[in-house]
Amino acid sequence: MTATSSSAVRRVATDRPDGDDVVERAYRPDRRRVNWWLTALVAVCALTVLIPLYLTVVTALKTPDQLGGTGFGLPTTARWENFADAWTLTSFPRALLNTGLVTVGTVLLTLVTNSMVAYAIARNMHRRFFKGLYFYFIAALFVPFPIIMLPVVKQTAIFGLDNQLGLILLYTVYGLSFNIFVYVAYIRSIPLELEEAALTDGATTWTVFWRIIFPLLGPMNATVGILTCLWAWNDFMLPLVILSDPSAQTLPLAQFIFQGQFNTNYSVAFASYLMAMAPLLIVYLFAQRWVISGVMRGSSK
Amino acid sequence: MSTPVSSPARPGPPPTALRGERRVPRVFYLMVLPALALFAVFHTVPLLTGMFFSLTNYAGYGEWSFVGLRNYANLFGDDRIYGAYGFTFLFAIVSTVAVNIIALAVAIALNGRIRFKTGFRGIFFIPNILSILIVGYVFNYLFSNSVPAIAEALGVTSLTTSILASPDTAWIGVVILSVWQAAAFNIIIYLAGLQTIPGELYEAASLDGASPWKQFTSITFPMIGAFFTINMVLSLKNFLQVFDQIISLTAGGPGTSTESISLLIYRGGFQGGEYGYQTANAVLYLFVIIAISFIQLRILQRREASF
Repeated sequence: MTATSSSAVRRVATDRPDGDDVVERAYRPDRRRVNWWLTALVAVCALTVLIPLYLTVVTALKTPDQLGGTGFGLPTTARWENFADAWTLTSFPRALLNTGLVTVGTVLLTLVTNSMVAYAIARNMHRRFFKGLYFYFIAALFVPFPIIMLPVVKQTAIFGLDNQLGLILLYTVYGLSFNIFVYVAYIRSIPLELEEAALTDGATTWTVFWRIIFPLLGPMNATVGILTCLWAWNDFMLPLVILSDPSAQTLPLAQFIFQGQFNTNYSVAFASYLMAMAPLLIVYLFAQRWVISGVMRGSSK
Repeated sequence: MSTPVSSPARPGPPPTALRGERRVPRVFYLMVLPALALFAVFHTVPLLTGMFFSLTNYAGYGEWSFVGLRNYANLFGDDRIYGAYGFTFLFAIVSTVAVNIIALAVAIALNGRIRFKTGFRGIFFIPNILSILIVGYVFNYLFSNSVPAIAEALGVTSLTTSILASPDTAWIGVVILSVWQAAAFNIIIYLAGLQTIPGELYEAASLDGASPWKQFTSITFPMIGAFFTINMVLSLKNFLQVFDQIISLTAGGPGTSTESISLLIYRGGFQGGEYGYQTANAVLYLFVIIAISFIQLRILQRREASF
């Protein structure tokens, strides 16, 4: 009896690769008649999202003399050299590499460490130390970054962490607060029986975590991974204050520096914006449903 | 056999190897101690150092001495501080209200009987995957060049100059960019909330002849109360820390009309030789954010409970 109930719960915990099952079910009754007026209204609203993107694309392709007016006209002749200019002026390959390195490093380190900390906390919440730890991490959610910004810059400089490695470390540490919150809620919904069976069979707690719990965390790992990726990729403030060597610049920081130097050459600037936005946009184009269901899952915890 | 009840909600039989043990498995400590150490070093220590230096006249370099609470006293006589708090609160409150109304409306529409739901949902989330700073540069062009050109063509004289160029209207530009960007995430949260409402409730309400507005006030809104609370608290907290938007749109200007608290701390602390003074400002800011978050949670939770 215990076996069936636990496997049922486990199925709930594991068999939710995407929230779309839920989404589809919720949508189904509505399929009977489509409200075309509402659809049109939503389409108009969606245009407000797309207009700035459209402006970016057309401006990036124009020659300087085609600029002016509203800026919404299509380019008469496309100037592809804008991208080549932006590529060299912003040191795009280097900035892309830095951002990619920081993002991948942060996501991997966050998934591995934050889930493990959350597991230890979730399974020991009845102990004072771990409960205290839980609230210690969560309380940091209320601390605005500017208050620690000034001292942390001095500290990272002293430790020699004013570089990409330092960014990875800081994102992983600062992400703890939120990630612990969502992981702990999720882990506590995973029944203990599996772990107990494995422990009785002589498995160590490490093995239990890596072989049983971590795989079960799949959906939550996706949520945390997506949110961490978006944060590390797009963040501007931390690289701005932490990084000291220009060769460590991330994409947003490189844009900021570039803007300060060549602020009148709009076409090249827009080409560089487009290049900086493109990598995540392309990934998003293919993983859109997965990304959104991941974010939705995080919100219902 | 004394088993501390760790989670009454959890299913399954109580006493087991993992629960209620006197022996604390050492491995659990090994799992958390490195994280605890790093968190303390990179979060708590800077926080305490900041509080310490707020009591000094440290410029960020060189000598310093204790000045007691003088920094805090000076904060209350500083027009630039008042300006920054005034702008930040005006901006944050307007943006929070606007983003929640817009996001909820869009989410309800997306949850309605429309076609291409997944596609629209995908489009509305796009702003959240883009860097605010870079989008801000695009909006800067939009406000400074496109909007005036359109206004000129349409003969709307009030908009023929860039809204970012006037101290009275520049904040509106910051609001528009922030709402455009933040709505993406809030829409998805509201959508997740709306999908927890069983469709039968609406069917029953329709049978009883309830108007759409009545259905919204007595079903939809009460049912997504928790999501509304989360969105309000998180939006306000994020908007109170506004930084990237301002860097890309106005750089705090014209004058200091759009200088936010974060920007002031950054500028004064790193460039203005006001390290000690701005950490005092940051400590004040911390208490303001904590106070507001708690007030908000209390009010919103009471409202949730009253339904």
